[in-house]
Amino acid sequence: MGLSPRPQSTPVHQGGDEPWVATRLDFLVNWSRANSLWPMPFGTACCAIEYMATAAAKFDLARFGMERQSFSPRQADVLICAGRVPFKLAPVLRRIWQQMPQPKWAIAMGACASTGNMFDNYAVVQGIDCIIPVDVYVPGCPPRPEGLMYGIMMLQEKVMRERAADVSLRNEMTPDPTSKLYIPPSLIDEISEPFGNSVHQQRSGL
Amino acid sequence: MSDGFKPVAVGGALPAGTAAPATPRNVPYQGGAMSPSVESLRARFGPSIVRADVVWGETTVVVDRARVLEVITFLHDDPSERYDYLSDVTAVEYRDIERAMEVVWHLRSLPYRRFLRVKVLLEKGGPLEVPSVWGVYKSADWLERECFDMFGIAFTGHPDLRRILMWEDYKEGYPLRKDFPLRGRFSRSEQLRQALAANPEARYSMEELSIVDAFTDLPADVRQRLAAGETTGE
Repeated sequence: MGLSPRPQSTPVHQGGDEPWVATRLDFLVNWSRANSLWPMPFGTACCAIEYMATAAAKFDLARFGMERQSFSPRQADVLICAGRVPFKLAPVLRRIWQQMPQPKWAIAMGACASTGNMFDNYAVVQGIDCIIPVDVYVPGCPPRPEGLMYGIMMLQEKVMRERAADVSLRNEMTPDPTSKLYIPPSLIDEISEPFGNSVHQQRSGL
Repeated sequence: MSDGFKPVAVGGALPAGTAAPATPRNVPYQGGAMSPSVESLRARFGPSIVRADVVWGETTVVVDRARVLEVITFLHDDPSERYDYLSDVTAVEYRDIERAMEVVWHLRSLPYRRFLRVKVLLEKGGPLEVPSVWGVYKSADWLERECFDMFGIAFTGHPDLRRILMWEDYKEGYPLRKDFPLRGRFSRSEQLRQALAANPEARYSMEELSIVDAFTDLPADVRQRLAAGETTGE
């Protein structure tokens, strides 16, 4: 933030001794948003333990303005999905995301939330970006608190670069089949085939 | 509703002077001491007890399917057995496609400090049906639902046999069966579409999650607040 020396004469402020600040509105808004991100912890597995360690005294998430853990999506800014999400939980996660007011961001904490990890099976969503948009992916299984804090700092940096004039950031889009960016489900299936011999793996080898 | 909590004295039915329990050492793989319950089962049910063997000191009894409910009721009720704790109900399917599926009950007798594993063989191609032991052990409710969800075994007489782990309208079959592909039968996008189309609240209502059945067991202050019309949930 630019703290400039007070000019000798200004049409803005004349007289008095109060210091004053000139800045861009974007900067001020983003600065306040980035430093008061209220997290909504969506902890489903071991990453949630690591998240608790991050929030507790030793690593202290409050330093990042995350003092208040928001266990209600209506009063949250950033959804931190810590752990694997089974298909049964997919509508729940999406509902929670829809309940969060704008502006909102999401962090996929750990390999399971980011990609499904080793749970390439019938029950687990292969990355929460199938359900909700994700801003920052934190790798690790589970990531150490330093890793999560680095992800949070990256998110803060991302928030700082946002422009209030860019309304598309706040648009909640549903997939549009007429768009050129739209990937049909069949193509997603084709390109998401895994490598290695697990493609047509049967439990019994029958 | 509940008739009070009666604590069970562990080992209380054993004769006086029985040695204190100790961790068994040097247990043989096969041929250890058989549980005394097998003798009384053989005396009472005769040929319905198909087989009994001891592996790693644990006794397994294979029972005829038609009489398994009688056997388990006997084990629960008889004063010389008193198997009062059902710790698990599950099933086993083997890679060998000739080999029958097994339904397994793990029973524990706290007063006698005994463990017994009861099995029923279900031949491939036949109906996957066994009687429910819910009438004997209330804990069988969710255990049998899980077994039904994962293996597709129908427990006849179960009061509420439906899926418990997978969602209710899961269409891909029974995940722990050997012919079930690891990644499921549908494509990823179809699985996701079906999962997102599910409406959890449609199946699990607040009425279902209510505490009506446990009302008399609640603390007095909670009972008063609920009786005064306080609502829970949304």
